[in-house]
Amino acid sequence: MSELSRRDLLQNIALSVTLGGLSPAAAQHVHNVAADEKASSGVYKVKALNSHEYQTLEKLADLIIPPDEKSPGAAASGACEFIDLLASQNSRLLQIYTGGIAWLDQTMTRRYSTNFVKAKPNQQTALLDLIAYRRNESADLGPGIEFFDWARRMVVDAYYTSPTGIQVIGYVGNTSVSKFEVPQEAVDYALKRSPV
Amino acid sequence: MFQIAPRSPVYDVAIIGSGAGGGTVTKVLADLGVNVALIEAGPPIDPAKDFKEHMWPYQVPHRGVGEGGAGYFGPSPWAFGYFTTTSGGWELPGEPYTVAPGSKFEWFRSRVVGGRTNHFGRISLRFADYDFTPYSRDGLGTDWPITYDELAPYYDKAESFIGVTGSKEGIRSAPDGIFQQCPPPRVHEMLVQRAAKKLNIPCIASRLAVITKPTNGRPACHYCAQCGRGCVTASNYSSSQVQVFPALKTGRVKLFTNAMARELIADPSGKVTGVSYIDKASRTERQIRCRSVVLACGACESARLLLNSKSAAHPNGLANGSGHVGRNLTDSVGYSLGASIPALEELPRHNSDGMGGMHVYIPWWLWDAKNKEFPRGYHVEISGGFHMPAIGSFARECREHEGYGKDLKDFIHARYGAYVSFAGRGEQIPNENTYCDIDPDVVDQYGIPVLRFHFKWTDNELKQAQHMHDTFQAILETMGGRVTRPRPNFMAGEGISMGGEIIHELGTIRMGNDPNTSVLNKHCQAHEVKNLFVADAAPFVSNPDKNPTLSIIALAWRTAEYLAEEMRKRNV
Repeated sequence: MSELSRRDLLQNIALSVTLGGLSPAAAQHVHNVAADEKASSGVYKVKALNSHEYQTLEKLADLIIPPDEKSPGAAASGACEFIDLLASQNSRLLQIYTGGIAWLDQTMTRRYSTNFVKAKPNQQTALLDLIAYRRNESADLGPGIEFFDWARRMVVDAYYTSPTGIQVIGYVGNTSVSKFEVPQEAVDYALKRSPV
Repeated sequence: MFQIAPRSPVYDVAIIGSGAGGGTVTKVLADLGVNVALIEAGPPIDPAKDFKEHMWPYQVPHRGVGEGGAGYFGPSPWAFGYFTTTSGGWELPGEPYTVAPGSKFEWFRSRVVGGRTNHFGRISLRFADYDFTPYSRDGLGTDWPITYDELAPYYDKAESFIGVTGSKEGIRSAPDGIFQQCPPPRVHEMLVQRAAKKLNIPCIASRLAVITKPTNGRPACHYCAQCGRGCVTASNYSSSQVQVFPALKTGRVKLFTNAMARELIADPSGKVTGVSYIDKASRTERQIRCRSVVLACGACESARLLLNSKSAAHPNGLANGSGHVGRNLTDSVGYSLGASIPALEELPRHNSDGMGGMHVYIPWWLWDAKNKEFPRGYHVEISGGFHMPAIGSFARECREHEGYGKDLKDFIHARYGAYVSFAGRGEQIPNENTYCDIDPDVVDQYGIPVLRFHFKWTDNELKQAQHMHDTFQAILETMGGRVTRPRPNFMAGEGISMGGEIIHELGTIRMGNDPNTSVLNKHCQAHEVKNLFVADAAPFVSNPDKNPTLSIIALAWRTAEYLAEEMRKRNV
């Protein structure tokens, strides 16, 4: 959502609170405008990683949050742009990603004689199954586990702060209502399952 | 010593600081026709421009973590996150403070019109009748020179004017006030209420400075949960929007911003005649002449100003013949604990934003209990619900689940909105090892000597934090949650908040009937300087488990009316 449309929203809210509330349709409009804005923002120009590194990051991002039948994965939602942009502003972060991606490639090459992106899906997941868990900590895997922790944290952050992620997880707030109400369906759901 | 230009105007009252205390005094005096100079160390605030209300995280390229991912490598560059309103920080460039060896203390300062009210949690609780007589009840601390009944009419005025939600409950530890309707509990808050009931713990409607009906020209809350970002419709209380801006419209208030008070100027008789301040833009010293002065800089900053106002007649600082300026410092005891609640997993999605804060809370319930292991008590704040996703929102899930792919995603989705946590805010009793004084070796960038903090918790507070843990664990487990955090070794100092961390520091210029053990009389007027008043939390004699803001407003209101009356009688 552009600064202009946010300003429209704020004006809308200022107006609507005096008139008795923002309509559900108007609230939905806010969300849609936000989503459209992202879609029309054009092509991101990679700033910090080289094209192989960026490609590897895209693969990794989609392994962490894969696309499914209903929604795009982390790569399409802008996770790699977020990471690349921050890495372009911080040499320490850049080193974490260039070093981590190089480690992935070297380890894949040692095991399967190919780099991470070119490896078969089952080869990729076989390596991730090792480095995605602290319990596998060892001298061999340590750097990979450390790197994957960074990648997972940042990909998850980027995904769920994107218009796609916000929609997928079902956050429906950040709007204006004249009366706060809790849907009975949600109350019943929790009370039925609650020990108290 | 600097000479005051003889032609400069003389204000009836100079008020230093524009937070809850200064904002209230400004509003009350301006309404009574008094001519006021309001002196603020920071810049003005412009809600339309400065507030980030209703922004989505993706509207900023760094999504809120900071340029270069700063928040991943250490504390966020913004004390409460990027989207929170301008409200100062734990460190201010060029304005240090020091901490004595062996002590730990953090000092949060806001230099901006409205001060810390721009961001505060809006929790607005009256002190209980017994909070004014702590020494009489348990032999610890000191009694106040005023009673609940003396302050109650000002609680009424404060609540009526700023607007506070709540419900009439008749609970002695949480006196009822003039309340607006509180919105209904969220789903997780209903579960907390049921678990609390089973444990015989009260859990009642929240008392927040949020208006749920139009009040004094301010529209009602629109339930976006973003109070902390600053509210463009001023539907919550901040002194900037609710008191200072309207007071400026009376034409009786002259606001000085970026004006850092350095010293109060007193005549040989000991009366204050002016305020010397640094104009930050030009880094030059200037003066404001006044007939009386009200300090409202925040408890520690007000104490610093008095300690730095030394003269031959006042070698220990102005109004400090008792030596009590800076002493009796306290903060609130803080401790938090949470757990994921299985009954809330996969909860049907809905808008649970509501007010910016909890809709129910737990007032202290053991005020009458015998055989308690610690004196005094605490209240409990509750959080949960579907928050707007932000950087770090699912760090806990990533850590707990690890892995990747669909499993991780499903886990995050199941847990979204299922985490419930409690934060206790309890009473610290003043002790002789906790105070602030002037560091003899350090000045800030304006050459003003800085504060040095000395801080110690005693067993009273450590046992209280331990009790918080056990209570929170019991409620969470009753709700079906599993607490994974091991119980800290509280008696070894683990778990409890750091001094200053809860930002409830107060008591440093306390009121009392005895000029040997207090600085101010029962009207918050200095025993030794008749035209010097204090209107922040520095006059507080104790730090009850109620959060100070509402009491600052009520006491400042009372002080302002008294000052206006004394001016009318020509006593000051």
